[in-house]
Amino acid sequence: MSVDDTIKEIFASINMSHHLPEGTASVVIDQNKVLGRHLVPGLDVQAKELPDGIEATFIVAAGAKIEKPVHLCFGMLPEEGVQRIVMHVDIRDHAQVEVVAHCTFPNAVKVQHLMDADIRVGKHARYSYFERHVHGPDGGVTVVPKAKVIVEEHGRFKTEFELIKGRVGEMDIEYDVTGKEHSTIEMTARISGTKNDKIRINEIGHLVGEHARGVLNSYIAVRHQAQADIRNTLTASAPFARGHVDCKEIVQDEAIAQAMPVVKVEDPRAHITHEAAIGSVDSKQLETLMAHGLSEEQAVDLIIEGLLS
Amino acid sequence: MGILETKELTLAFNGSRILDGLSIDFWGGHVHAIIGPNGAGKSTLASTIMGLAGYRDHGGDILFEGKSIKALGIDERARLGITLGWQEPARFEGLTCEKFIRSAAKDKSMDRAREAMWQVGLDPDSYLKRAVDRTLSGGERKRVELASILALEPKLVLLDEPDSGIDVEALERIFAAIRLLKEKGSTVLLITHSMAVLRQAEHAFLICRGRLIDKGDADKIGMHFDRQCLPCDHPNIPLENE
Repeated sequence: MSVDDTIKEIFASINMSHHLPEGTASVVIDQNKVLGRHLVPGLDVQAKELPDGIEATFIVAAGAKIEKPVHLCFGMLPEEGVQRIVMHVDIRDHAQVEVVAHCTFPNAVKVQHLMDADIRVGKHARYSYFERHVHGPDGGVTVVPKAKVIVEEHGRFKTEFELIKGRVGEMDIEYDVTGKEHSTIEMTARISGTKNDKIRINEIGHLVGEHARGVLNSYIAVRHQAQADIRNTLTASAPFARGHVDCKEIVQDEAIAQAMPVVKVEDPRAHITHEAAIGSVDSKQLETLMAHGLSEEQAVDLIIEGLLS
Repeated sequence: MGILETKELTLAFNGSRILDGLSIDFWGGHVHAIIGPNGAGKSTLASTIMGLAGYRDHGGDILFEGKSIKALGIDERARLGITLGWQEPARFEGLTCEKFIRSAAKDKSMDRAREAMWQVGLDPDSYLKRAVDRTLSGGERKRVELASILALEPKLVLLDEPDSGIDVEALERIFAAIRLLKEKGSTVLLITHSMAVLRQAEHAFLICRGRLIDKGDADKIGMHFDRQCLPCDHPNIPLENE
């Protein structure tokens, strides 16, 4: 298959045109090959091919504000194989960038997608990273994203992870984020698991600077025999640090969900709250939609769609 | 024959009879009210007609358009044309007003969703993308629910305490929506203990302790309720099973 055809197939699998708007930076990776790379001033992406993946640096120059979201696409079209992504991200002081990443494995039977990232968000810099996974209907994917993040003074780090369409397979997310003075951390995961999917999330936020802020959100739905184990830890060790941990899980059929919000405060002037709710679909919500003529299954789907939106 | 008929309807919880042989015939195309003091069995009647969980194990029968619906689930009753507006509408985290309305609507177009929002006095540009969650007040959720009912175009609407948690201005919108439902051919059954709501109805049924006490013109039943029920100091405790 030609490079162009591969790019087209990857974009088709995420339901997007491969013609991105003019001035949009993008990098397209298939397994361990960089198929396309388009950069804009202020953004530098260098990639080195590894036997089983890619090692890349992603740098936004100090003071640069990347106007349009940068599009990253990590794809793997074969049924089997390993894709290891090693990312070094440096959003330099006063820089701003928003990244939209798609990870697509539409034909996976036995695919491993391993991401190992170190991320630095500079002083007064802003880094927003949205990652959507598109998997096939049969699972067959093991996704293991790990990231270590430092957010410098007045920096903002926001990440959203979404896997709603297709089977999860096995997922093991580990994020460890440290926020310095006046920094802001916001991490959200929205995942829907079915059949024998296994979802494990271990997100840790350390608010080590004065007035640092942090929010960890997990919205998970598991059905059939799927399992979810969600651990969100937020610690505050500096004066006036503020944080919140929120975990909501909907459990249907024989699925099992476990949520462990851990909050730790080491300064009496800091404050962290948490909220965790696990249960079946609310019966009043269900009956409301059924009284509008939706079947029970349609009503459950709509409620879960709302929770994960 | 009416659109809905309850025949000797009985329902007991923990040995206490909440509905006690209730037989009522509701004529189609009208606005009816079920009025009675707190604990009379009004909301229980609405929940039983809709077939909600916990209200299915009743005696007697419910006929809709002449056929028993006793064995039917909520969604099956809804697909026949029956729907319910709750006293306290549910909150749906993340589910937008637009999706909520369009999932129910007979005409699923965006234009119809917008029109339904206008019909309850909510600006679609401000509300359709908002979630039906805690960021909406109880009154706003109630109007969104009513918008979804208007878009659903049901044959029979059960509205449980439509004035609950509603300010005066919003209440006028709700009353206008009730009139609109009637104009469009729906039969409306208002569950209330409010005289203001009762005045929206043409016919009324006064119930107490799960029994029908009086029926007739809404004004007449209103006077009965106002003069004899509101001052009534007998405890409205459901009857014990004998």
